[in-house]
Amino acid sequence: MIQVIALEHSYQGGEAGTVKAVNGVSLTIEKGEFVAIIGHNGSGKSTLAKHLNGLLLPTGGQVLIDGLDTLNPENIWDIRRRVGMVFQNPDNQLVATTVEEDVAFGPENLGLPSPEIRNRVDEALELVRMSEFKNKEPHLLSGGQKQRVAIAGVIAMRPDYLVLDEPTAMLDPQGRQEVMATVLRLNKEEGLGVVHITHYMDEAVNADRVIVMENGEIELEGKPREVFAQVSRLKKLRMDVPQMTELASLLRQGGLAVPEDVLTVEEMVKCLCG
Amino acid sequence: MPMRIVVEKVSYIYKKGTPFETRALDDINLTIEPGEFVGLIGHTGSGKSTLVQHLNGLLLPSEGNIWVGDLDVLSDKGNLKKIRQRVGLVFQYPEHQLFEETVYDDVAFGPKNLGLSPEEIDVRVREALTMVGLDIDSVKDRSPFALSGGQMRRVAIAGVLAMGPQVLILDEPTAGLDPKGRDEILEQIAAMHRSLGITVVLVSHNMEDVARYANRVLVMHRGKVVMDGPPRQVFARTKELQSIGLGVPLVGILMERLKELGYNLRTDVLTVEEAGKEILDWWRDRNNA
Repeated sequence: MIQVIALEHSYQGGEAGTVKAVNGVSLTIEKGEFVAIIGHNGSGKSTLAKHLNGLLLPTGGQVLIDGLDTLNPENIWDIRRRVGMVFQNPDNQLVATTVEEDVAFGPENLGLPSPEIRNRVDEALELVRMSEFKNKEPHLLSGGQKQRVAIAGVIAMRPDYLVLDEPTAMLDPQGRQEVMATVLRLNKEEGLGVVHITHYMDEAVNADRVIVMENGEIELEGKPREVFAQVSRLKKLRMDVPQMTELASLLRQGGLAVPEDVLTVEEMVKCLCG
Repeated sequence: MPMRIVVEKVSYIYKKGTPFETRALDDINLTIEPGEFVGLIGHTGSGKSTLVQHLNGLLLPSEGNIWVGDLDVLSDKGNLKKIRQRVGLVFQYPEHQLFEETVYDDVAFGPKNLGLSPEEIDVRVREALTMVGLDIDSVKDRSPFALSGGQMRRVAIAGVLAMGPQVLILDEPTAGLDPKGRDEILEQIAAMHRSLGITVVLVSHNMEDVARYANRVLVMHRGKVVMDGPPRQVFARTKELQSIGLGVPLVGILMERLKELGYNLRTDVLTVEEAGKEILDWWRDRNNA
Protein backbone atom coordinates (compact mmCIF):
# COMPACT_ATOMS: atom_id res chain seq x y z
CA MET A 1 0.00 0.00 0.00
CA ILE A 2 1.18 3.51 -0.83
CA GLN A 3 0.15 6.09 1.74
CA VAL A 4 0.47 9.79 1.03
CA ILE A 5 -0.27 11.69 4.20
CA ALA A 6 -0.85 15.47 4.16
CA LEU A 7 1.94 15.82 1.61
CA GLU A 8 3.38 19.25 0.95
CA HIS A 9 6.19 20.16 -1.37
CA SER A 10 7.66 23.62 -1.85
CA TYR A 11 10.20 24.53 -4.51
CA GLN A 12 12.62 27.36 -3.89
CA GLY A 13 11.73 29.55 -6.85
CA GLY A 14 13.90 32.43 -8.07
CA GLU A 15 12.07 35.74 -8.38
CA ALA A 16 8.77 34.17 -7.52
CA GLY A 17 9.95 33.07 -4.08
CA THR A 18 8.77 29.74 -2.74
CA VAL A 19 6.25 27.84 -4.81
CA LYS A 20 4.04 25.27 -3.15
CA ALA A 21 3.61 22.62 -5.84
CA VAL A 22 1.77 20.12 -3.65
CA ASN A 23 -0.39 21.44 -0.87
CA GLY A 24 -1.81 18.99 1.63
CA VAL A 25 -2.52 15.92 -0.49
CA SER A 26 -3.62 12.70 1.21
CA LEU A 27 -4.36 9.49 -0.64
CA THR A 28 -3.94 5.74 -0.40
CA ILE A 29 -3.17 3.42 -3.28
CA GLU A 30 -3.71 -0.29 -2.74
CA LYS A 31 -1.60 -3.03 -4.28
CA GLY A 32 -3.12 -3.94 -7.63
CA GLU A 33 -5.11 -0.76 -7.96
CA PHE A 34 -5.05 1.38 -11.14
CA VAL A 35 -5.17 5.06 -10.28
CA ALA A 36 -5.11 7.76 -12.94
CA ILE A 37 -4.02 11.26 -11.99
CA ILE A 38 -5.00 14.04 -14.37
CA GLY A 39 -4.38 17.76 -14.23
CA HIS A 40 -2.81 20.62 -16.12
CA ASN A 41 0.85 21.45 -16.30
CA GLY A 42 1.70 23.02 -12.98
CA SER A 43 -1.15 21.28 -11.16
CA GLY A 44 1.36 19.35 -9.04
CA LYS A 45 0.74 15.91 -10.48
CA SER A 46 4.33 15.21 -11.51
CA THR A 47 5.65 16.55 -8.25
CA LEU A 48 3.31 14.18 -6.44
CA ALA A 49 4.47 11.27 -8.61
CA LYS A 50 8.14 11.91 -7.92
CA HIS A 51 7.41 11.52 -4.20
CA LEU A 52 6.18 7.98 -4.67
CA ASN A 53 9.68 6.56 -5.04
CA GLY A 54 11.62 9.17 -3.12
CA LEU A 55 12.91 11.12 -6.13
CA LEU A 56 11.52 14.11 -4.28
CA LEU A 57 11.14 14.23 -0.53
CA PRO A 58 8.25 15.90 1.30
CA THR A 59 8.77 19.35 2.75
CA GLY A 60 5.68 18.61 4.83
CA GLY A 61 3.75 15.43 5.56
CA GLN A 62 4.86 11.90 4.77
CA VAL A 63 4.91 9.21 2.08
CA LEU A 64 4.92 5.55 3.14
CA ILE A 65 5.52 2.68 0.70
CA ASP A 66 4.36 -0.56 2.32
CA GLY A 67 5.07 1.18 5.61
CA LEU A 68 8.53 2.44 4.60
CA ASP A 69 8.99 6.17 5.07
CA THR A 70 10.68 7.92 2.10
CA LEU A 71 12.23 10.43 4.49
CA ASN A 72 14.42 7.72 6.01
CA PRO A 73 17.51 7.45 3.74
CA GLU A 74 17.99 3.80 4.72
CA ASN A 75 14.69 2.91 3.04
CA ILE A 76 15.31 4.59 -0.28
CA TRP A 77 16.77 1.65 -2.28
CA ASP A 78 14.12 -0.72 -1.02
CA ILE A 79 11.46 1.83 -1.96
CA ARG A 80 12.86 2.31 -5.46
CA ARG A 81 12.86 -1.44 -6.02
CA ARG A 82 9.18 -1.58 -5.01
CA VAL A 83 8.09 1.47 -6.99
CA GLY A 84 9.26 1.72 -10.61
CA MET A 85 9.04 5.00 -12.53
CA VAL A 86 8.59 5.60 -16.25
CA PHE A 87 8.92 9.13 -17.62
CA GLN A 88 7.66 11.15 -20.56
CA ASN A 89 10.53 11.20 -23.01
CA PRO A 90 11.41 7.77 -24.35
CA ASP A 91 14.75 9.02 -25.65
CA ASN A 92 16.01 10.02 -22.22
CA GLN A 93 15.46 6.69 -20.53
CA LEU A 94 17.32 4.16 -22.62
CA VAL A 95 21.03 3.76 -21.90
CA ALA A 96 22.39 0.62 -23.56
CA THR A 97 23.21 -0.36 -27.14
CA THR A 98 20.70 -3.21 -27.39
CA VAL A 99 17.20 -3.64 -26.06
CA GLU A 100 18.05 -6.59 -23.82
CA GLU A 101 21.12 -4.92 -22.35
CA ASP A 102 18.95 -1.96 -21.54
CA VAL A 103 16.44 -4.09 -19.69
CA ALA A 104 19.29 -5.92 -17.91
CA PHE A 105 20.75 -2.68 -16.57
CA GLY A 106 18.65 -2.59 -13.40
CA PRO A 107 18.91 -6.27 -12.42
CA GLU A 108 22.69 -6.16 -13.02
CA ASN A 109 22.92 -3.33 -10.54
CA LEU A 110 21.07 -5.46 -8.01
CA GLY A 111 24.05 -7.85 -8.23
CA LEU A 112 21.89 -10.80 -9.23
CA PRO A 113 23.44 -14.00 -10.66
CA SER A 114 23.54 -14.13 -14.48
CA PRO A 115 20.89 -16.83 -14.99
CA GLU A 116 18.48 -14.83 -12.83
CA ILE A 117 19.19 -11.69 -14.85
CA ARG A 118 18.56 -13.65 -18.05
CA ASN A 119 15.23 -14.89 -16.70
CA ARG A 120 14.10 -11.48 -15.64
CA VAL A 121 15.04 -9.83 -18.92
CA ASP A 122 13.26 -12.47 -20.99
CA GLU A 123 10.20 -12.33 -18.80
CA ALA A 124 10.04 -8.53 -18.79
CA LEU A 125 10.39 -8.30 -22.58
CA GLU A 126 7.69 -10.92 -22.98
CA LEU A 127 5.35 -8.97 -20.72
CA VAL A 128 5.67 -5.84 -22.86
CA ARG A 129 5.60 -7.92 -26.08
CA MET A 130 9.05 -6.81 -27.18
CA SER A 131 10.92 -10.15 -27.14
CA GLU A 132 11.47 -10.20 -30.88
CA PHE A 133 13.29 -6.87 -30.65
CA LYS A 134 15.74 -7.93 -27.94
CA ASN A 135 18.84 -7.59 -30.10
CA LYS A 136 17.77 -4.35 -31.76
CA GLU A 137 19.31 -0.98 -31.06
CA PRO A 138 16.91 1.12 -28.98
CA HIS A 139 17.28 4.21 -31.18
CA LEU A 140 15.82 2.31 -34.14
CA LEU A 141 12.54 1.67 -32.33
CA SER A 142 9.36 3.72 -32.56
CA GLY A 143 8.38 5.94 -29.62
CA GLY A 144 5.80 3.45 -28.39
CA GLN A 145 8.30 0.60 -28.59
CA LYS A 146 10.90 2.63 -26.70
CA GLN A 147 8.43 3.29 -23.93
CA ARG A 148 7.62 -0.41 -23.73
CA VAL A 149 11.34 -1.15 -23.37
CA ALA A 150 11.56 1.49 -20.64
CA ILE A 151 8.65 -0.24 -18.89
CA ALA A 152 10.39 -3.62 -19.30
CA GLY A 153 13.49 -2.17 -17.65
CA VAL A 154 11.36 -1.24 -14.66
CA ILE A 155 9.47 -4.56 -14.61
CA ALA A 156 12.76 -6.45 -14.51
CA MET A 157 13.27 -4.99 -11.04
CA ARG A 158 10.07 -6.84 -10.01
CA PRO A 159 8.34 -3.82 -8.52
CA ASP A 160 4.95 -3.90 -6.82
CA TYR A 161 3.94 -0.53 -8.19
CA LEU A 162 4.47 1.21 -11.49
CA VAL A 163 4.34 5.02 -11.62
CA LEU A 164 4.07 6.44 -15.14
CA ASP A 165 4.56 10.18 -15.53
CA GLU A 166 2.88 11.11 -18.83
CA PRO A 167 4.37 8.14 -20.67
CA THR A 168 2.27 8.82 -23.77
CA ALA A 169 2.60 12.60 -24.07
CA MET A 170 5.23 12.42 -26.81
CA LEU A 171 3.79 9.46 -28.71
CA ASP A 172 1.60 9.22 -31.79
CA PRO A 173 -1.86 7.61 -31.47
CA GLN A 174 -0.55 4.13 -32.27
CA GLY A 175 2.28 4.42 -29.75
CA ARG A 176 -0.21 5.61 -27.14
CA GLN A 177 -2.40 2.58 -27.73
CA GLU A 178 0.55 0.19 -27.45
CA VAL A 179 1.69 1.70 -24.17
CA MET A 180 -1.80 1.83 -22.67
CA ALA A 181 -2.51 -1.78 -23.64
CA THR A 182 0.76 -2.79 -21.97
CA VAL A 183 0.02 -0.86 -18.79
CA LEU A 184 -3.51 -2.26 -18.56
CA ARG A 185 -2.27 -5.81 -19.04
CA LEU A 186 0.39 -5.43 -16.35
CA ASN A 187 -2.29 -4.18 -14.00
CA LYS A 188 -5.05 -6.67 -14.77
CA GLU A 189 -2.99 -9.80 -15.42
CA GLU A 190 0.12 -9.30 -13.34
CA GLY A 191 -1.57 -7.47 -10.50
CA LEU A 192 0.83 -4.53 -10.57
CA GLY A 193 -0.35 -1.36 -8.84
CA VAL A 194 -0.39 1.46 -11.39
CA VAL A 195 -0.30 5.22 -10.91
CA HIS A 196 -0.80 6.69 -14.36
CA ILE A 197 -0.31 10.42 -14.82
CA THR A 198 -1.75 11.85 -17.98
CA HIS A 199 -3.38 14.76 -19.81
CA TYR A 200 -5.55 12.40 -21.77
CA MET A 201 -8.96 11.68 -20.30
CA ASP A 202 -9.48 8.61 -22.45
CA GLU A 203 -6.48 6.99 -20.76
CA ALA A 204 -8.20 7.37 -17.41
CA VAL A 205 -11.41 5.63 -18.48
CA ASN A 206 -10.10 2.18 -17.54
CA ALA A 207 -8.72 3.19 -14.17
CA ASP A 208 -10.24 2.00 -10.89
CA ARG A 209 -10.02 5.54 -9.61
CA VAL A 210 -9.41 8.99 -11.11
CA ILE A 211 -7.86 11.86 -9.24
CA VAL A 212 -8.02 15.37 -10.71
CA MET A 213 -5.40 17.78 -9.41
CA GLU A 214 -5.45 21.56 -9.57
CA ASN A 215 -3.15 24.04 -7.84
CA GLY A 216 -1.39 21.34 -5.86
CA GLU A 217 -4.57 19.95 -4.40
CA ILE A 218 -6.97 17.12 -5.14
CA GLU A 219 -9.91 18.76 -6.84
CA LEU A 220 -11.99 15.69 -7.68
CA GLU A 221 -11.67 12.00 -6.90
CA GLY A 222 -13.76 8.95 -7.69
CA LYS A 223 -14.56 6.21 -10.18
CA PRO A 224 -14.08 7.37 -13.80
CA ARG A 225 -17.83 7.55 -14.37
CA GLU A 226 -18.40 9.67 -11.29
CA VAL A 227 -15.60 12.07 -12.15
CA PHE A 228 -16.34 12.43 -15.86
CA ALA A 229 -20.05 12.98 -15.22
CA GLN A 230 -19.16 16.34 -13.67
CA VAL A 231 -18.98 17.92 -17.10
CA SER A 232 -19.45 21.54 -16.09
CA ARG A 233 -16.89 21.33 -13.31
CA LEU A 234 -14.29 19.72 -15.56
CA LYS A 235 -14.97 22.30 -18.25
CA LYS A 236 -14.45 25.05 -15.73
CA LEU A 237 -11.06 23.51 -14.96
CA ARG A 238 -10.49 23.51 -18.73
CA MET A 239 -10.13 19.76 -18.78
CA ASP A 240 -11.21 17.61 -21.66
CA VAL A 241 -14.33 15.60 -21.02
CA PRO A 242 -14.81 12.31 -22.91
CA GLN A 243 -16.78 13.29 -26.00
CA MET A 244 -19.67 10.93 -25.36
CA THR A 245 -20.04 12.21 -21.80
CA GLU A 246 -20.09 15.77 -23.09
CA LEU A 247 -22.68 14.83 -25.70
CA ALA A 248 -24.80 13.14 -23.02
CA SER A 249 -24.71 16.35 -21.03
CA LEU A 250 -25.87 18.38 -24.06
CA LEU A 251 -28.68 15.92 -24.77
CA ARG A 252 -29.86 16.09 -21.15
CA GLN A 253 -29.92 19.88 -21.32
CA GLY A 254 -32.07 19.53 -24.43
CA GLY A 255 -34.53 17.37 -22.53
CA LEU A 256 -33.52 13.92 -23.79
CA ALA A 257 -33.29 11.50 -20.87
CA VAL A 258 -29.87 9.87 -21.17
CA PRO A 259 -27.70 8.99 -18.17
CA GLU A 260 -24.99 11.51 -17.31
CA ASP A 261 -22.20 8.94 -17.08
CA VAL A 262 -22.06 7.68 -20.68
CA LEU A 263 -18.43 7.05 -21.63
CA THR A 264 -18.27 5.22 -24.96
CA VAL A 265 -19.90 5.27 -28.40
CA GLU A 266 -21.44 1.85 -27.77
CA GLU A 267 -23.00 3.01 -24.52
CA MET A 268 -24.42 6.05 -26.26
CA VAL A 269 -25.87 3.92 -29.05
CA LYS A 270 -27.52 1.70 -26.43
CA CYS A 271 -28.99 4.70 -24.59
CA LEU A 272 -30.45 6.18 -27.76
CA CYS A 273 -31.73 2.98 -29.32
CA GLY A 274 -32.45 0.87 -26.25
CA MET B 1 1.17 39.94 -51.65
CA PRO B 2 -0.91 36.78 -51.60
CA MET B 3 1.05 33.72 -52.44
CA ARG B 4 0.06 30.36 -53.79
CA ILE B 5 2.08 27.17 -53.20
CA VAL B 6 2.17 24.69 -56.04
CA VAL B 7 3.59 21.20 -55.54
CA GLU B 8 4.12 19.59 -58.92
CA LYS B 9 4.79 15.87 -59.34
CA VAL B 10 7.00 15.78 -56.28
CA SER B 11 8.68 12.60 -55.11
CA TYR B 12 11.27 12.34 -52.38
CA ILE B 13 13.49 9.33 -52.01
CA TYR B 14 15.58 8.67 -48.92
CA LYS B 15 18.86 6.78 -49.29
CA LYS B 16 18.49 6.43 -53.02
CA GLY B 17 20.39 3.54 -54.57
CA THR B 18 20.85 1.66 -51.27
CA PRO B 19 18.90 -1.33 -49.97
CA PHE B 20 17.21 1.14 -47.60
CA GLU B 21 15.75 3.23 -50.42
CA THR B 22 12.38 4.63 -49.32
CA ARG B 23 9.95 6.69 -51.33
CA ALA B 24 8.73 9.07 -48.64
CA LEU B 25 6.76 11.20 -51.09
CA ASP B 26 5.27 9.62 -54.17
CA ASP B 27 4.20 11.87 -57.04
CA ILE B 28 2.43 14.57 -55.08
CA ASN B 29 0.41 17.24 -56.88
CA LEU B 30 -1.08 19.93 -54.75
CA THR B 31 -2.02 23.59 -54.80
CA ILE B 32 -2.46 25.55 -51.59
CA GLU B 33 -4.29 28.82 -52.14
CA PRO B 34 -3.47 32.01 -50.22
CA GLY B 35 -5.38 32.28 -46.95
CA GLU B 36 -6.35 28.62 -46.68
CA PHE B 37 -6.25 26.83 -43.32
CA VAL B 38 -5.10 23.36 -44.23
CA GLY B 39 -5.11 20.44 -41.82
CA LEU B 40 -2.61 17.72 -42.76
CA ILE B 41 -3.18 14.33 -41.18
CA GLY B 42 -1.68 10.88 -41.53
CA HIS B 43 -0.07 8.37 -39.22
CA THR B 44 3.62 8.39 -38.36
CA GLY B 45 5.65 7.60 -41.45
CA SER B 46 2.95 8.68 -43.90
CA GLY B 47 5.17 11.46 -45.25
CA LYS B 48 3.50 14.51 -43.75
CA SER B 49 6.61 15.91 -42.06
CA THR B 50 8.63 15.22 -45.19
CA LEU B 51 6.06 17.10 -47.26
CA VAL B 52 6.00 20.21 -45.08
CA GLN B 53 9.79 20.35 -45.06
CA HIS B 54 9.57 20.63 -48.83
CA LEU B 55 7.22 23.59 -48.69
CA ASN B 56 9.96 25.91 -47.49
CA GLY B 57 12.81 24.26 -49.35
CA LEU B 58 14.35 22.60 -46.33
CA LEU B 59 14.24 19.35 -48.25
CA LEU B 60 14.50 19.47 -52.01
CA PRO B 61 12.44 17.13 -54.17
CA SER B 62 14.14 14.13 -55.79
CA GLU B 63 11.65 14.55 -58.63
CA GLY B 64 9.26 17.36 -59.52
CA ASN B 65 9.32 20.96 -58.33
CA ILE B 66 7.66 23.36 -55.89
CA TRP B 67 6.65 26.97 -56.45
CA VAL B 68 6.07 29.47 -53.69
CA GLY B 69 4.50 32.39 -55.49
CA ASP B 70 6.80 33.15 -58.42
CA LEU B 71 9.83 31.37 -56.94
CA ASP B 72 10.70 27.70 -57.31
CA VAL B 73 12.94 25.69 -55.03
CA LEU B 74 15.20 24.15 -57.66
CA SER B 75 16.31 26.66 -60.26
CA ASP B 76 18.24 29.13 -58.12
CA LYS B 77 19.85 28.69 -54.70
CA GLY B 78 19.14 32.38 -54.04
CA ASN B 79 15.44 31.60 -54.11
CA LEU B 80 15.64 29.40 -51.03
CA LYS B 81 16.44 32.25 -48.68
CA LYS B 82 13.45 34.23 -49.90
CA ILE B 83 11.22 31.18 -49.81
CA ARG B 84 12.14 30.45 -46.20
CA GLN B 85 11.25 34.01 -45.32
CA ARG B 86 7.86 33.62 -46.96
CA VAL B 87 7.13 30.20 -45.54
CA GLY B 88 7.72 29.88 -41.80
CA LEU B 89 8.07 26.34 -40.49
CA VAL B 90 7.51 25.56 -36.81
CA PHE B 91 8.98 22.14 -36.10
CA GLN B 92 7.79 19.55 -33.61
CA TYR B 93 8.90 20.51 -30.11
CA PRO B 94 10.21 23.87 -31.37
CA GLU B 95 11.16 24.86 -27.83
CA HIS B 96 14.19 22.57 -28.19
CA GLN B 97 15.56 25.16 -30.58
CA LEU B 98 15.50 28.10 -28.21
CA PHE B 99 19.03 29.17 -27.42
CA GLU B 100 19.35 32.86 -26.56
CA GLU B 101 19.72 34.29 -23.07
CA THR B 102 16.49 36.25 -23.15
CA VAL B 103 13.12 35.78 -24.76
CA TYR B 104 13.57 39.09 -26.59
CA ASP B 105 16.89 38.06 -28.16
CA ASP B 106 15.52 34.72 -29.17
CA VAL B 107 12.60 36.21 -31.06
CA ALA B 108 14.83 38.94 -32.51
CA PHE B 109 17.36 36.47 -33.90
CA GLY B 110 15.61 35.91 -37.23
CA PRO B 111 14.78 39.56 -37.97
CA LYS B 112 18.38 40.51 -37.12
CA ASN B 113 19.62 38.09 -39.74
CA LEU B 114 17.32 39.75 -42.25
CA GLY B 115 19.39 42.88 -41.71
CA LEU B 116 16.48 44.98 -40.44
CA SER B 117 16.97 48.17 -38.45
CA PRO B 118 16.82 47.95 -34.64
CA GLU B 119 13.54 49.89 -34.68
CA GLU B 120 11.96 47.51 -37.19
CA ILE B 121 13.27 44.51 -35.23
CA ASP B 122 11.71 45.89 -32.05
CA VAL B 123 8.35 46.31 -33.76
CA ARG B 124 8.47 42.77 -35.09
CA VAL B 125 9.45 41.22 -31.76
CA ARG B 126 6.66 43.05 -29.96
CA GLU B 127 4.07 42.11 -32.55
CA ALA B 128 5.14 38.47 -32.62
CA LEU B 129 5.08 38.06 -28.84
CA THR B 130 1.70 39.75 -28.62
CA MET B 131 0.30 37.49 -31.33
CA VAL B 132 1.23 34.35 -29.41
CA GLY B 133 -0.43 35.77 -26.32
CA LEU B 134 2.62 36.61 -24.23
CA ASP B 135 2.91 39.81 -22.26
CA ILE B 136 6.06 41.38 -23.63
CA ASP B 137 7.07 43.33 -20.57
CA SER B 138 6.83 40.39 -18.23
CA VAL B 139 8.73 37.92 -20.44
CA LYS B 140 11.18 39.85 -22.62
CA ASP B 141 14.12 39.85 -20.20
CA ARG B 142 13.57 36.37 -18.87
CA SER B 143 15.51 33.31 -19.95
CA PRO B 144 13.35 31.26 -22.30
CA PHE B 145 14.39 28.21 -20.31
CA ALA B 146 12.74 29.57 -17.16
CA LEU B 147 9.30 29.50 -18.81
CA SER B 148 6.68 26.76 -18.75
CA GLY B 149 6.53 24.29 -21.63
CA GLY B 150 3.55 26.01 -23.23
CA GLN B 151 5.19 29.44 -22.92
CA MET B 152 8.47 28.18 -24.39
CA ARG B 153 6.59 26.82 -27.34
CA ARG B 154 4.91 30.17 -27.89
CA VAL B 155 8.27 31.95 -27.82
CA ALA B 156 9.51 29.53 -30.48
CA ILE B 157 6.44 30.23 -32.63
CA ALA B 158 6.93 33.97 -32.13
CA GLY B 159 10.48 33.56 -33.46
CA VAL B 160 9.05 32.25 -36.73
CA LEU B 161 6.30 34.90 -36.86
CA ALA B 162 8.86 37.67 -36.44
CA MET B 163 10.22 36.75 -39.85
CA GLY B 164 6.92 37.99 -41.28
CA PRO B 165 5.95 34.81 -43.14
CA GLN B 166 2.95 34.68 -45.46
CA VAL B 167 2.58 30.96 -44.94
CA LEU B 168 2.85 29.44 -41.48
CA ILE B 169 3.40 25.69 -41.22
CA LEU B 170 3.15 24.05 -37.82
CA ASP B 171 4.20 20.43 -37.34
CA GLU B 172 2.27 19.03 -34.37
CA PRO B 173 2.25 22.33 -32.48
CA THR B 174 0.27 20.92 -29.56
CA ALA B 175 2.18 17.67 -28.97
CA GLY B 176 2.85 17.15 -25.29
CA LEU B 177 0.82 20.16 -24.15
CA ASP B 178 -2.04 19.86 -21.69
CA PRO B 179 -5.61 20.54 -22.90
CA LYS B 180 -5.52 24.14 -21.74
CA GLY B 181 -2.19 24.89 -23.43
CA ARG B 182 -3.38 23.10 -26.55
CA ASP B 183 -6.59 25.14 -26.80
CA GLU B 184 -4.73 28.40 -26.20
CA ILE B 185 -2.19 27.76 -28.94
CA LEU B 186 -4.81 26.65 -31.44
CA GLU B 187 -7.00 29.66 -30.69
CA GLN B 188 -4.03 31.93 -31.27
CA ILE B 189 -3.17 30.23 -34.54
CA ALA B 190 -6.79 30.62 -35.67
CA ALA B 191 -6.75 34.28 -34.64
CA MET B 192 -3.55 34.93 -36.60
CA HIS B 193 -5.05 33.23 -39.60
CA ARG B 194 -8.06 35.55 -39.38
CA SER B 195 -6.31 38.80 -38.57
CA LEU B 196 -3.18 38.48 -40.73
CA GLY B 197 -4.82 36.59 -43.56
CA ILE B 198 -1.83 34.25 -43.74
CA THR B 199 -2.00 30.70 -45.03
CA VAL B 200 -1.79 28.07 -42.27
CA VAL B 201 -0.81 24.43 -42.65
CA LEU B 202 -1.43 22.49 -39.45
CA VAL B 203 0.06 19.01 -39.17
CA SER B 204 -1.74 17.08 -36.46
CA HIS B 205 -2.62 13.68 -35.06
CA ASN B 206 -5.64 15.17 -33.38
CA MET B 207 -8.70 14.80 -35.59
CA GLU B 208 -10.86 16.95 -33.32
CA ASP B 209 -8.44 19.87 -33.67
CA VAL B 210 -8.30 19.57 -37.43
CA ALA B 211 -12.07 19.24 -37.67
CA ARG B 212 -12.54 22.38 -35.62
CA TYR B 213 -10.07 24.71 -37.30
CA ALA B 214 -9.17 23.69 -40.83
CA ASN B 215 -11.21 24.57 -43.90
CA ARG B 216 -9.44 21.95 -45.97
CA VAL B 217 -8.10 18.56 -44.91
CA LEU B 218 -5.36 16.58 -46.61
CA VAL B 219 -4.88 12.95 -45.64
CA MET B 220 -1.53 11.31 -46.36
CA HIS B 221 -0.84 7.61 -46.55
CA ARG B 222 2.37 5.95 -47.76
CA GLY B 223 3.72 9.11 -49.32
CA LYS B 224 0.59 10.00 -51.24
CA VAL B 225 -2.24 12.45 -50.65
CA VAL B 226 -5.19 10.04 -50.53
CA MET B 227 -7.96 12.45 -49.53
CA ASP B 228 -8.36 16.18 -50.04
CA GLY B 229 -11.47 18.19 -49.25
CA PRO B 230 -13.48 20.15 -46.71
CA PRO B 231 -13.36 18.57 -43.20
CA ARG B 232 -17.00 17.55 -43.37
CA GLN B 233 -16.45 15.53 -46.51
CA VAL B 234 -13.19 13.96 -45.43
CA PHE B 235 -14.27 12.99 -41.93
CA ALA B 236 -17.52 11.49 -43.20
CA ARG B 237 -15.37 8.80 -44.86
CA THR B 238 -15.01 7.04 -41.49
CA LYS B 239 -14.41 3.51 -42.82
CA GLU B 240 -11.65 4.56 -45.21
CA LEU B 241 -9.92 6.65 -42.56
CA GLN B 242 -10.02 3.78 -40.10
CA SER B 243 -8.72 1.35 -42.72
CA ILE B 244 -5.52 3.40 -43.04
CA GLY B 245 -5.12 3.49 -39.28
CA LEU B 246 -6.46 6.97 -38.62
CA GLY B 247 -8.94 7.90 -35.98
CA VAL B 248 -12.11 9.74 -36.84
CA PRO B 249 -13.77 12.25 -34.51
CA LEU B 250 -15.79 9.99 -32.18
CA VAL B 251 -19.02 11.84 -32.93
CA GLY B 252 -18.61 10.76 -36.55
CA ILE B 253 -18.39 7.12 -35.49
CA LEU B 254 -21.48 7.52 -33.32
CA MET B 255 -23.56 9.02 -36.13
CA GLU B 256 -22.38 6.31 -38.51
CA ARG B 257 -23.46 3.60 -36.04
CA LEU B 258 -26.86 5.22 -35.55
CA LYS B 259 -27.34 5.42 -39.28
CA GLU B 260 -26.46 1.74 -39.67
CA LEU B 261 -29.18 0.99 -37.15
CA GLY B 262 -31.69 2.70 -39.40
CA TYR B 263 -31.88 6.16 -37.86
CA ASN B 264 -32.11 8.90 -40.41
CA LEU B 265 -29.33 11.17 -39.16
CA ARG B 266 -26.59 13.21 -40.81
CA THR B 267 -23.18 11.57 -40.49
CA ASP B 268 -21.04 14.53 -41.50
CA VAL B 269 -20.93 16.17 -38.08
CA LEU B 270 -17.60 17.47 -36.79
CA THR B 271 -18.17 18.51 -33.21
CA VAL B 272 -20.02 17.41 -30.10
CA GLU B 273 -22.24 20.50 -30.41
CA GLU B 274 -23.27 19.58 -33.95
CA ALA B 275 -23.98 15.97 -32.99
CA GLY B 276 -26.06 17.12 -30.02
CA LYS B 277 -28.14 19.44 -32.19
CA GLU B 278 -28.67 16.78 -34.85
CA ILE B 279 -29.80 14.15 -32.33
CA LEU B 280 -32.08 16.58 -30.47
CA ASP B 281 -33.69 17.81 -33.71
CA TRP B 282 -34.32 14.24 -34.78
CA TRP B 283 -35.77 13.36 -31.37
CA ARG B 284 -38.10 16.39 -31.35
CA ASP B 285 -39.30 15.66 -34.90
CA ARG B 286 -40.05 12.11 -33.93
CA ASN B 287 -41.99 13.20 -30.83
CA ASN B 288 -44.03 15.68 -32.82
CA ALA B 289 -44.85 13.19 -35.53
